[in-house]
Amino acid sequence: MEKISGARSLIKALEKQGVKEIFGLPGGANLPMYDELYKSNIRHILVRHEQSAAHMADGFGRVSRRAGVCFATSGPGATNIVTGLATANADSAPMVAITGQVPTAMIGRDAFQESDIIGIANPVVKYSFQPTKATDIPEVVKKGFYIAETGRPGAVLIDIPKDVQTNEAEMSFPEEVKIRGYHPWTDPDVVAIEKAIKLLLSSTRPVILAGGGVIISSAFAELQSLAEMLMIPVVSTFKGKGAFPENHALSLGPIGMHGHAEANKIMSEADCVLAIGTRFSDRSVGTFAEFEKNLKIIHLDVDPAEIGKNQTTSVAIVGDVKASLRIFVKLLMQKAFKKTEENEWLKHVSEVKQYWHDNLKIPQGELTAARIMRKLREVMPAQSIVTTEVGQHQMWASLFYDVISPGTFFSSTGLGTMGWGFPAAIGAKAARPDLPVVDIAGDGSFNMTENSLATSVLDNLPVIVFLVNNYTLGMVAQWQRTFYDRRMIGVDQKRCPDYCKLAESYGAQGIRVGDLNELGQAIKAGLKSDVATVIDIPIDPEEDVLPFVAPGTSLKDMILPS
Amino acid sequence: MVWAILSILVENKPGILFKVTHLFRSRNFNIDSISVGVTENPELSKMTITTIGDEKQIGQIVKQLDKMIDTIEVKRLDDKKTVFRELSLFRVKVSKPSDSMEINNIANSFGAKAHDARKDSIMVELTATPEQINNLQELLAPYGILDIARTGVAALQRGGD
Repeated sequence: MEKISGARSLIKALEKQGVKEIFGLPGGANLPMYDELYKSNIRHILVRHEQSAAHMADGFGRVSRRAGVCFATSGPGATNIVTGLATANADSAPMVAITGQVPTAMIGRDAFQESDIIGIANPVVKYSFQPTKATDIPEVVKKGFYIAETGRPGAVLIDIPKDVQTNEAEMSFPEEVKIRGYHPWTDPDVVAIEKAIKLLLSSTRPVILAGGGVIISSAFAELQSLAEMLMIPVVSTFKGKGAFPENHALSLGPIGMHGHAEANKIMSEADCVLAIGTRFSDRSVGTFAEFEKNLKIIHLDVDPAEIGKNQTTSVAIVGDVKASLRIFVKLLMQKAFKKTEENEWLKHVSEVKQYWHDNLKIPQGELTAARIMRKLREVMPAQSIVTTEVGQHQMWASLFYDVISPGTFFSSTGLGTMGWGFPAAIGAKAARPDLPVVDIAGDGSFNMTENSLATSVLDNLPVIVFLVNNYTLGMVAQWQRTFYDRRMIGVDQKRCPDYCKLAESYGAQGIRVGDLNELGQAIKAGLKSDVATVIDIPIDPEEDVLPFVAPGTSLKDMILPS
Repeated sequence: MVWAILSILVENKPGILFKVTHLFRSRNFNIDSISVGVTENPELSKMTITTIGDEKQIGQIVKQLDKMIDTIEVKRLDDKKTVFRELSLFRVKVSKPSDSMEINNIANSFGAKAHDARKDSIMVELTATPEQINNLQELLAPYGILDIARTGVAALQRGGD
């Protein structure tokens, strides 16, 4: 057998894995990998900061449901991706990050650009590897993708010392790997599903709560069949937004801190919930004790450790969401079950929905949150992919941008990472160049990774940045107005920078809009553009996101627009 | 609050102890004692962790440990069906000649061994349950305990399982 270097075996293993794009930035300790990447057909997408490489890989992974890959060098290169690892892992997104490390003999000697990235990253990754021999690399890569993509997906880190990259050896590439302590698949629990169906049918006010797990396992058709067969209203978590078409008659939208009023209302009134692929985040349920009071919870999740973590369950179903929902549907079909549309609960649900549709007050200005989000929805094709940053604009997107095509809305929901949306949109565009991609952004978040404009322009990954611009860290400002008696500190961006000039300086397109008509035109221009388009939408910095369930209170206690 | 013994079979690889203890830290769980040793299979190690928490917390600890990729098997042992022992060493102050005899008598009553008898100190070794060791410690305390070392619990379920 021919001897090849560790770096060569890494690239070969990635090629065998079907990797076509790598987001990254070279440095001293990963030069051997880059030298092999030079000889490969894998496309390298150069970032301006390693954090963005991780977010791009994350966005790529969420959209393609295959692990996105990023490269970074040792030391600061590696520490720069930590936020990206934590973000992906918190949202169960498949990602493989590969870092260079100082040579084995230098580890522990506080070498130049040495960081103990395995130790640093441990709590924020699903798993990490540091191969000590070149011959370990092919198996480590295979295992890394297997762990990142299966079960509850997550972030995997592979840290390769420089000498392990350069050492040559005869390599064998395993077709399959087994990991003794890792069992990502469990057969759907038919007995528990039978129990769940019984409980759902015997309850008078049932609700389905769709979490991110529905999107991860792509169980859209199964969820819709189940909801329609049982005629049960569907709310979602924020991460599960768009797991169920939001223009469907049974859809009530996300619950939670900035959930839809009708969703929070109906969730609070329910006597039984089928919660699918959710971890019952505090942002979704408010206070844990209040949420589960008078509520029977059926919890379906692929991760057994989520069962009973935050909520007490009446029926626990551990298993893949898609496979389990198929059993639900099959069992109901065997029973030839058909629920009629005529029942008190459903009638009440539609009344509540209609009430909030007619009565939720929205500010009357021209460029106000609800209006610009609805305009975006009106102009964007249904299949468009949306990412968001973190803040007021994100919650406005949740409230006023309806996801019609399931699984097209992505956000940093768990870690809440400002600056995620733009690089993630670029990663999404790399995964699906055929679809329009828009990052719904706020100015504060966009500032954090705006230098990804270079990547978007130079690597031909055009996306739209829908910049909801109040030149303010708006969500913090809202909390200071609401809870700190308007003692405003550290939130004013002082009208800096000029986002149109910023976009133009990178060779992107910058359009500032003054009314809804111009906004519609700008979105259309962005859809046609070959380069990134930043649409600067000036809004009133005093506009609040409402409804608002204050932290530590229950979904019943919404603060409503006055 | 209950006291629980967890027996965890893990991959015998560098960094596993760090990951397990880190899990306890990051999830805000307590480690009461921990012991690690090799098993009949050189690829695997056995960790025995004792912990204190309410039933819900302990259920979560077991699930979170089980979820770790490097753990092969996680068992919560029923302390009534389990032999569990800890090794302890005490160096006890000897202030007057009669102390030595008394300490020896106390040690004998626990089935403990005395070592390294000196003019001013004596070492006592006891392998027993943590509770018995605590009792011994209480009786030795009046003489003045100069130093103490405990291994943490090792445990095996009776009757093969």
